[in-house]
Amino acid sequence: MKKIEAIIKPFKLEDVKDALANAGVQGMTVIEVKGFGRQKGHTEIYRGSEYTVDFVPKLKIEIVLPDNVVESAIEAIVAAARTGKIGDGKIFVLPVEQALRIRTGECGDGAV
Amino acid sequence: MRTKLSGFVTIGAVVTVLAGFAWAGEALKEPSLEQRVADLEAYVNNGSRLADVASKISGPGPGHNAWLMVCAALVLFMTLPGLALFYGGLVRRKNVLSVLAQCLGIAGLVTILWWAVGYSLVFGSGGSILGGLGYAFLNGVDSAPNPDYSAWVSQNVFSIYQMMFAIITPALIVGAVAERIKYAAVLTFVALWMFVVYFPLAHMVWGAEGLMNGVWNAHSKIKAIDFAGGTVVHMSSGWSALVLCLIVGKRLGLGKTTMAPHSMVLCMVGTSILWIGWYGFNAGSALAADAIASNAFVTTTLATAIASVTWAAIEWITRGKPSVLGLCSGVVAGLVTVTPACGFITATGAVAIGVFAGLIPFLACVKLKAMLGYDDALDTFGVHAVGGSLGSILTGFLATAKANPNLATNLGEIVGRTLWLHQLAAMAITIVLAVAGSAVIALLVKVTIGLRPNVEEETVGLDVVDHGEQGYILE
Repeated sequence: MKKIEAIIKPFKLEDVKDALANAGVQGMTVIEVKGFGRQKGHTEIYRGSEYTVDFVPKLKIEIVLPDNVVESAIEAIVAAARTGKIGDGKIFVLPVEQALRIRTGECGDGAV
Repeated sequence: MRTKLSGFVTIGAVVTVLAGFAWAGEALKEPSLEQRVADLEAYVNNGSRLADVASKISGPGPGHNAWLMVCAALVLFMTLPGLALFYGGLVRRKNVLSVLAQCLGIAGLVTILWWAVGYSLVFGSGGSILGGLGYAFLNGVDSAPNPDYSAWVSQNVFSIYQMMFAIITPALIVGAVAERIKYAAVLTFVALWMFVVYFPLAHMVWGAEGLMNGVWNAHSKIKAIDFAGGTVVHMSSGWSALVLCLIVGKRLGLGKTTMAPHSMVLCMVGTSILWIGWYGFNAGSALAADAIASNAFVTTTLATAIASVTWAAIEWITRGKPSVLGLCSGVVAGLVTVTPACGFITATGAVAIGVFAGLIPFLACVKLKAMLGYDDALDTFGVHAVGGSLGSILTGFLATAKANPNLATNLGEIVGRTLWLHQLAAMAITIVLAVAGSAVIALLVKVTIGLRPNVEEETVGLDVVDHGEQGYILE
């Protein structure tokens, strides 16, 4: 099992969700986050005063998947979230030791 | 039957005696039909009452009186909540209530001062610098008009209308020292400031015997004109704000931490209320629902819209984006700048004022402040002192008897010629009085109760520290 953490532009959520659904992914967790990478923040100017806003609002999608669908899920996210401009986000893939469905007690691939 | 009859006789006798007193007191002739028509025409034209005959019209003229009552409410609406929201939106979240409390507190405090002696010191008869105490505690100020100021508006309505100006003027000052001054210090400063700066200045400019009342006082030394308060309201508050913010000092962390407005939405709502309320301020200053008020309504609208567009256009050109704060700032700058002029200029003059009002205060807020480094937090100096000064001098050049026939009465010789020199003299007196008065009062407050909260209090925010409340509890 792998965990995919994808940081995307907020307005791309619908597209990414649909693309993942088409790729057979059944669920996901979405978190509102703030951060910056090479895109950096932006500048706000109020009359004469300039303020740099370092942290840009983003969404983080977390999904845990069986190893065999990880590749197609990543492809789906990339295709849906890409605008080609700086700030499109990043995808991280992490190994997952165990998963368990609380209602039934199922473990492993069957639980995700 | 006998009892009833004697009752009638008694009542009749009383009525006769009372009527006799009334006639004896006034000793006026019964008006002829022509005189009665003339009295009505005077009402419609906002002219003087006929003096030598008994009028059939008792009390104020309903139309003018109704308009002034609406205008008084509109001018209060400018402060509560207009200015409070305009300023409140521009501060950080932790200080929003402190600004609202300052505006509310000033409204209450000034009302009490105005009732006690304020109205009398400004509009009571006295000298050319300050009025007397004849109207103290609104003694004798009732629903009958005071012909020194308006033949057709009740004096009590006139008094409350003028009180709304006395409320908003010190409330404007708090913008410069927002987020870093103790509540008690604001109220103490304002209480003293009203006596030292506002009451004398308002009397000099608007009092019937005022030193600088060029339009109505034939004996005034300085023939200056100020329709709705360029000197009295905006220059006095703006220049005082600069002095106070220099003495109070900069906000903690200025230039290091973000001090962006916490709600541009509230700021925009406040700006819009200011614009609406300003019709009561400017058009209402005609003190009648007459042709001069109509003209002031139009000039106010034109100058404001054009200043807003100008300010935003400059931002668009120089920075690539027109900001909501730019549009709002332009609106307020336009309103301020046209204030002294609105009842004296034509629509074309208003357009010229609008362009200057978008440009010069913009430079003051954006360039001058950065160059000199004073922390005028919400730009009271940049908008009100600069806009008020700009408007006062432009009034000297643009005022014309075509827009306001009253200019021909005492000022026929100087309008369009040397009026601007008189305007400069009035501006100089205003600046000296505001700067010197505010410096003395601010230092006095500083050494007695202190101006600033301590570092910890300022960091936590004035809402919790001074008022024990939070503006927003979001769960």
